[in-house]
Amino acid sequence: MSAATSRRLMEGSEAIAEAAIAAGCRFFAGYPMTPFTELLEHLARRLPEEGGTCINAESEIEAIGMAWGAAATGARAATGSTGQGLSLMQESLSEITRAEIPLVVFNMARGQGDYFQATRGGGHGDYRHIVLAPIDASEAVAHTQLAFDLADRWRHPVLVMGDYLLAHTSEAVAVERVAFDPQPSKDWAVDGSLGGSGRSRNLNPIGMEKGSKGIDPDRFWRRLQEKQDRIEAAEPRHETFATEDAELVVVAYGTVARFARYVVQELRAEGAKVGLFRPITLWPFPSEALAACTAGATRVACLEQNAGQMIDDVRLAVLGRAPVVPIGGISTDPAGFGIGRLLDAAVVRGRVEAALAGRELDTGVVV
Amino acid sequence: MSDDLRVIQTDSPPAEGACRTQGFGSPLQLSEEHDLCPGCGEPVALRAILDAVETLDLAQRAIGVVGIGCYTALTSLIDLDLIQALHGRAPSVATGAKRMRPDSLLFTLQGDGDMVNEGLQEVIHAAARGENVTCILLNNGVFGETGGHMTATTVLGQRTKNSLEGRDAAYHGHPILIADLLSRLGGAGYVARASVHDAPGVARARRYLERAFESQMKGEGFSFVEILTMCPTGWFVPTAEGPGYLDDVLAPIHQLGELKRDGALVEPD
Ligand SMILES: Cc1ncc(C[n+]2csc(CCOP(=O)(O)OP(=O)(O)O)c2C)c(N)n1
Ligand code: SF4
Ligand SMILES: [Mg+2]
Repeated sequence: MSAATSRRLMEGSEAIAEAAIAAGCRFFAGYPMTPFTELLEHLARRLPEEGGTCINAESEIEAIGMAWGAAATGARAATGSTGQGLSLMQESLSEITRAEIPLVVFNMARGQGDYFQATRGGGHGDYRHIVLAPIDASEAVAHTQLAFDLADRWRHPVLVMGDYLLAHTSEAVAVERVAFDPQPSKDWAVDGSLGGSGRSRNLNPIGMEKGSKGIDPDRFWRRLQEKQDRIEAAEPRHETFATEDAELVVVAYGTVARFARYVVQELRAEGAKVGLFRPITLWPFPSEALAACTAGATRVACLEQNAGQMIDDVRLAVLGRAPVVPIGGISTDPAGFGIGRLLDAAVVRGRVEAALAGRELDTGVVV
Repeated sequence: MSDDLRVIQTDSPPAEGACRTQGFGSPLQLSEEHDLCPGCGEPVALRAILDAVETLDLAQRAIGVVGIGCYTALTSLIDLDLIQALHGRAPSVATGAKRMRPDSLLFTLQGDGDMVNEGLQEVIHAAARGENVTCILLNNGVFGETGGHMTATTVLGQRTKNSLEGRDAAYHGHPILIADLLSRLGGAGYVARASVHDAPGVARARRYLERAFESQMKGEGFSFVEILTMCPTGWFVPTAEGPGYLDDVLAPIHQLGELKRDGALVEPD
């Protein structure tokens, strides 16, 4: 695509769709729901042009089922939705993780109330997904491609977490192809070619193995857990701004971090000793990096657009070395799409200043 | 509760242990040993499926998508590429796989609880879309694996663990005749119902499976083969009475025969 090298004004959903295609995604299935809908629209238009398929599934359950089947054949496949739809997909997401099928899921959330759903596995069983939380459309382009790379490399589902503002804000974006290390071959994928050879495959989430009766769940689950331990060690990502001598470290992710970054830059320029820590992967959570860069802080402020979810991970990382205070809160619009008053630099500034001054904030509802 | 309801212990594997299907092997079976009950119809149906794949020389193009039920345990023994799906979810998984591998023979294997209870909308939408896959239903009228509970295909009067006096239309509702329902959908090209309760039945099951697979390989859209299978354990009848029970109780309601061929409804004879 010629647009791959030049910047063009496009909304986040379109940028993500183009990035998915650039990453080689050739299958998508979904069911409309705000603010995920436009991603489905763009892929429904663009995938057939690229020789791919986009199916308007009968529900989110079938959308992820279809993506599961497509990914099982080795194709790069994705699905996506918004909170409720993601809830419907959880049974499959859990099993896909255990079947070790690489799948990318675009989680276009309404605000940040789905942090737990995204980072705690979300369904039944012992597992977590990799979760990438881009701050803007340009980073979403990079994260979309990274998501397909990580999914294949680890044979593990990867969630790209966006929201209404990311999906709907038009920005000048260049969809540049990111280069990654070569991938191992997908010899695990089913193509039907090995029938009758004695080496046929079974992409199986319950640990069944060809030729043997019964299963050994303990051994199966332990092997998967060992892989997750390796992901947890290898893949945490974060960004910091002005944390070296910061007395107050603000922690924020995604769209909310964009407001936080602006405010922290502004306050820094005015001489306040404030810094920003931005988790880029919500799982694995960058705990070690957060512990290190808050070691000299007198206070850590967690800015998130919910009643307090990421703050659990922040507290586990800081481990009592400094007080961790919530400065975000529930904040949405009358439609519930997550466009609340918190998404305003002046409001965020007031809340960061309160934390700097050690003042208590009402985090129940941001008014 | 009726006196003649024999309750066979189904909370643990059958006391008689594994049934060896001696001399029953297909070249596409890795082993003949399995733990299904004596008299179970599912290994027979599985064998018919493998025979049809073998006869049409499609083993090296076949991908099976498997649901969750008693038959699932048999799939470790199948030497074909498989995807294990969730309970109820095989048709959507088959859809995604077939779209990416259009030259493959894509079939699903589901029980009646799996297909007609848990995931009914999947098979209906796959059929209506004309998805070029073959969905295979092993219908024994019960949740075999959980120990013989009522499903959406349990016939009126049939006793199960949660319809002890027999399925009562007023209380439990009516059975869904799934092949009949699917045959009415535009995207369905081939729909048939077979059984494995006797030798002619098995031969017919193989014939229908071959026709369904051929129709898929010709790209004629959705194909469907329902196979009635014996579940003596879940029916609470002695092993040897399974075939007779199938013939007397299930087959009069879930009637055997082809319902649709080449996209046209077959008139009952
Ligand atoms: C979501 C979900 N609900 C329930 C179950 C439990 N379960 C496993 S097998 C089964 C019944 C299977 O019945 P059927 O599909 O008719 O197959 P059969 O055992 O009769 O061959 C049930 C209810 C499950 N695995 N997943
Ligand atoms: S319970 Fe029924 S379906 Fe299951 S193995 Fe026994 S006879 Fe077969
Ligand atoms: Mg059944």
